[in-house]
Amino acid sequence: MSINPSGWKPEMGADETAEVVTFTGNRALMLEEPLLFEYSDFGDTGVDFPPAPVVAPRLGGLDRNRPIGLPGLSEPQAVRHYTRLSRQNYAIDLGLFPLGSCTMKHNPRLNEKMARLPGFGDIHPLAPVSTVQGAFELIDLVGTWLKTLTGMKAVAMSPKAGAHGELCGLLAIRSALEARGDARSVVLVPESAHGTNPATAAFCGYVVENIPATAEGRVDLEALKARLGPDIACMMITNPNTCGLFERDMIAISEAVHAAGALVYCDGANFNAIVGRVRPGDLGIDAMHINLHKTFSTPHGGGGPGSGPVVFSEALAPFAPLPFVEQQSDGSFILVEEETAGDYHAQSFGRMAAFHGQMGMFVRAAAYMLSHGADGLRQVAEDAVLNANYILRRLDDVLDAPFGKSGPCMHEALFSDDGFPEGFSTIDVAKGLIDEGFHPMTMYFPLVVHGAMLIEPTETEGKAGIDQFIGALRSVAERARAGDVSLKAAPHFAPRRRLDETLAARKPVLAWKEPVQAEAAE
Amino acid sequence: MPLYFTKDHEWISVEGDSATVGITDYAQAQLGDVVFVEVPPAGTAVDKGKEAAVVESVKAASDVYAPVSGTVTEGNGALEADPALVNTSPEGEGWFFKLTLSDTSELDGLMDAEGYKAFVEGL
Repeated sequence: MSINPSGWKPEMGADETAEVVTFTGNRALMLEEPLLFEYSDFGDTGVDFPPAPVVAPRLGGLDRNRPIGLPGLSEPQAVRHYTRLSRQNYAIDLGLFPLGSCTMKHNPRLNEKMARLPGFGDIHPLAPVSTVQGAFELIDLVGTWLKTLTGMKAVAMSPKAGAHGELCGLLAIRSALEARGDARSVVLVPESAHGTNPATAAFCGYVVENIPATAEGRVDLEALKARLGPDIACMMITNPNTCGLFERDMIAISEAVHAAGALVYCDGANFNAIVGRVRPGDLGIDAMHINLHKTFSTPHGGGGPGSGPVVFSEALAPFAPLPFVEQQSDGSFILVEEETAGDYHAQSFGRMAAFHGQMGMFVRAAAYMLSHGADGLRQVAEDAVLNANYILRRLDDVLDAPFGKSGPCMHEALFSDDGFPEGFSTIDVAKGLIDEGFHPMTMYFPLVVHGAMLIEPTETEGKAGIDQFIGALRSVAERARAGDVSLKAAPHFAPRRRLDETLAARKPVLAWKEPVQAEAAE
Repeated sequence: MPLYFTKDHEWISVEGDSATVGITDYAQAQLGDVVFVEVPPAGTAVDKGKEAAVVESVKAASDVYAPVSGTVTEGNGALEADPALVNTSPEGEGWFFKLTLSDTSELDGLMDAEGYKAFVEGL
């Protein structure tokens, strides 16, 4: 008996719905959506304002002489526009998001609930200090956890994201060197570092020099020692690095750098792989930023602002930026600013941000820390590493793992496009994954690997979800190895087929033009 | 005109104490479609082995290093409007910059065409 008497049955012949062209271009729930500017009526408004009063022009002839040209939309049009666009997007709340180095992990809903408590959510950075003692206590709590987890002396909570944290660390390093009358000009960055590291060093006015990686994907200690000298200000290292490997020689690296009179900056973006297991302070690191939006699960990637607190060693603590929260002997909290910095903080390099940092992210991070506890955070690192190694070992028969013999990977698995036939590369695998319903992995980075595919499952994925991803990637990789030409045309099922990225980069169309004008111009 | 190559995949064509620099056919093939090129303006002093120009493809942004030290006499302005020249004619119209060499003996450590071919085959 059929439970769907009006539906299609095999005896009705082949399903030809794929051939059907709809009037709207929509395909059921996959909706085409025009630009806001292509909604026709420029006179519409979502709100019915009273007519503006007539006032004497006071702009000295600079009055607007033509319409501003903003699209006019009713409220439902505006709501539907953005909701429809959001349905063409991919998000961590839809599925596994394997972008290597980005740590796209689940954002617990408990964090969101805590961040919306009125005592945290509805306060203003200029509120009198006596009225926001609870918020200051929370900032201090997160800072204390970060110092404890990293084994470091001081913390700056104000940096707004990872690269801002890098800038904070390097400014402190420069201040420390200048304070001892030893301005140095060169920052060393290994090939396995994050791409923002050399940019930060250059932004701070340093000359950037590369330190090569060894064949096993780690910093070449001998090459580093050979380059160290009185002109080296700092070594910026990413640990675990972008090959997904722990820098085993970290202590020897720090000792060599310190012996040369330089300081060690560590990019802590990958801290989720070692949190609770390793204290960077014990490795000789002088400054390190921590991405709350990665390790401590606050939203990012369009979901929320980043937050990049920086921890400092004893040597750099006096140079940390203002303002910061400090507990007094009576238990109350004060905000240390320029006027109240006093002697100890007189060497602070100054202010990086107007206020205290990303308060909403501090609340979320605090909720994450407290709900996990010390043992839970330790398990974060264990699960992150276990998941990445599971992917590495389940796929290293169909994808080349260039550092597969360098020991276990940390939080991310790295593959290359070695073994693909002529004409097939990493981009084809990425586009194939889109058809399978997954966001692609990080591609062509790090540069030390040909056609790199960098995959970070994160610790919040369960085995069933990872197995499904492995199955999908295995299928796509096998198609690539077999030279399946249909893969070159992927994605087949996305709202748009494969885009001409070259044309988009060479001749970007950045502004909408009114069709009439565009035709007249041609 | 003698032609030399570096391990970083730049070529340099020398005539007396002036020379033209670009990236090799192998380099452009590895980069893929080039979408942006930044060349140094005339008068820039460049040092052997240090970054002198930037090339960006759909895959990656890379530095182009000066094969020898010298002073730039001309950057290839055509690349700004048409970066694809690096793909279509890497060792011709897609040149990056011309310079006056400050020390012609720096050429001694570079590879000739045959040496570079063997180097690339070994990669």
